[in-house]
Amino acid sequence: MEVFSGLMHGFAVALQPANLLWCFVGVFLGTVIGVMPGLGPPATIAMLLPLTMMMNPAGAIIMLAGIYYGAKYGGSTTSILINVPGESASVVTCLDGYQMARKGRAGAALGIAAIASFIAGTVGVVGIMLIAPPLARMALAFSSPEYFALMALGLAMVVLLAGRSMVKALLAMLVGLWLAGIGTDLFSQTSRFTFGQLELLSGIDFVVVAIGVFAIGEVLGNMQMREAAEALPVPKGLRNLLPTLQDLKDCRFAFANGSIVGFLIGVLPGAGSTIASFISYGLEKAVSRRPQEFGTGVIEGVAAPEGANNSETGGALVPMLTLGIPGSSTTAVLLAALVLWGFKPGPLFISENANLFWGLVASMYIGNLMLLILNIPLVPLFAQVLRAPVYVLYPIIIGISIVGVYSTSGSLFDVWLLAGFGLLGYFMRKLDYPTAPLILGLVLGGPLERALRQSLMMSDGHLSILVSRPVSAVMLSLALLILLMPMFGKLNTWRLRALEK
Amino acid sequence: MKADFWSGLALGALGAYIIAQAWGWEYLGADGPGPGFFPLWYGIAIVALSLGLVASSLRRGETQAIDWTGASRAFTTWLALALAVAAFKLVSFHVAFAALTFFIVAVMYRRPLLVAATVAVATTAAFYVVFPLALGVNLP
Repeated sequence: MEVFSGLMHGFAVALQPANLLWCFVGVFLGTVIGVMPGLGPPATIAMLLPLTMMMNPAGAIIMLAGIYYGAKYGGSTTSILINVPGESASVVTCLDGYQMARKGRAGAALGIAAIASFIAGTVGVVGIMLIAPPLARMALAFSSPEYFALMALGLAMVVLLAGRSMVKALLAMLVGLWLAGIGTDLFSQTSRFTFGQLELLSGIDFVVVAIGVFAIGEVLGNMQMREAAEALPVPKGLRNLLPTLQDLKDCRFAFANGSIVGFLIGVLPGAGSTIASFISYGLEKAVSRRPQEFGTGVIEGVAAPEGANNSETGGALVPMLTLGIPGSSTTAVLLAALVLWGFKPGPLFISENANLFWGLVASMYIGNLMLLILNIPLVPLFAQVLRAPVYVLYPIIIGISIVGVYSTSGSLFDVWLLAGFGLLGYFMRKLDYPTAPLILGLVLGGPLERALRQSLMMSDGHLSILVSRPVSAVMLSLALLILLMPMFGKLNTWRLRALEK
Repeated sequence: MKADFWSGLALGALGAYIIAQAWGWEYLGADGPGPGFFPLWYGIAIVALSLGLVASSLRRGETQAIDWTGASRAFTTWLALALAVAAFKLVSFHVAFAALTFFIVAVMYRRPLLVAATVAVATTAAFYVVFPLALGVNLP
């Protein structure tokens, strides 16, 4: 009953004309961003974040979330038409989607991707609605040691799944913790790592690092590739974009598989939509009556991963909103957005900001419907985005990044920092250091240190408080196990094989 | 040039700097851990892990070299960006940004000068219309 009344209240918020408009802007922008290879949702959300400061927070979060899940819809278009994923979550869609397009079934592939995304995206929203409130109530019993352990576990998961080298992922995360520590220590008022710069006394703004590493870093990384891939034609006419009844029948299990697997993986910190789509694809292949045909243009091979990467969005928002623990780069940026607007994601978030939470949930239903309507008939239009010249796009991204950072602080020093973090982001890509642990380290660094120091204050400096409480003991043991995984040969081989696949 | 070797050394130096700084701050006080407590531990972890990275790079005879030729395009663009930022105060955002756009289009993507000039002027004008005029956002 509480869920139902909350949802009705949410629809009242989401259906306000201004919020409907922001929802449309978000999902439209998200689809365009998803179509563009090389520009992902974290970069886009980070770039637009400063501009949302003048917006109503409900409209702003509805728009930013729309970009997040809208990009998942758009990502499939490039995978199917040019065999280049618009974002990492659509990599696996290339396997069967592109083969379908080569056989003249691009329309059916694009159509089933949109339908699977809609079904699974909606299931994901139902999941948030049902799981987030009880999880938040459970987390109310957490104190500093449990929070420290939870954040440590979240960071360990991200490190585990961030890339081939756990050492590099750990180093990236530790650098994130260091960046978070720059500025004035709130406990003792000591200035730390400020290099004598007054501008650093209040710390480094998250927006500067996120835009630098994601947006400028991506532009610099993409500057090396000049040539564009050739797109296969998109069939004209709505009828040619709709899958047949047989296609829909073949995809029944894929819809359920993608929806459930995607949501469950989304709730886990660090796993993310790429892993959700691969697991869902693998499961679909494992239970299929024709596994040998996967990779040659099987429609379930498009439906399952596309469903999973959309449902994952709903799952990923659960720990971010209820525990204040983001599981991916995009949710880290969304978390930072909520903090910048003056909210405190955590166990009390839903009860203290019912309008915002339920408005967001309701807007996701509406947004998924908008995406279905937009994506089937407008796919040919979105495919035109692929023809946009990059030499126009890149200066625009650089310009928006500069204006975004400058508008937050009005300081040219931050624009210099932006350039510096852009170079860092480029180096990280080139040297194979994952960026997600850096961003999560930066977001969680402050709360992690605070929770640790508060825990030690509670225990008069005894570290045993972290392991004497059952919940924190279990979570810290899990985190330790994860970090020691490379020492166990077989487990590490499994991890590397999973990442390679 | 070995990518892991040099990046490991750079991170090791960062870790050493963090430890040196943290050493000067209070570690444990009457009220609990001081400002040096947390940085000291992640500083030690950075040094240990980066030394591990350097050692493994040397042990396995790392073959992944830094692709300086490919990176030169990115560095050139970054340098142009840095020069544009430096020029904001001297010649205004509009002129510096238009010059940066012109450089990217004409030099990095080798488009005709007329195309580059058109893109530079149109992009800068669009920024002026969207940000200061429509949204009331100040440009640097």
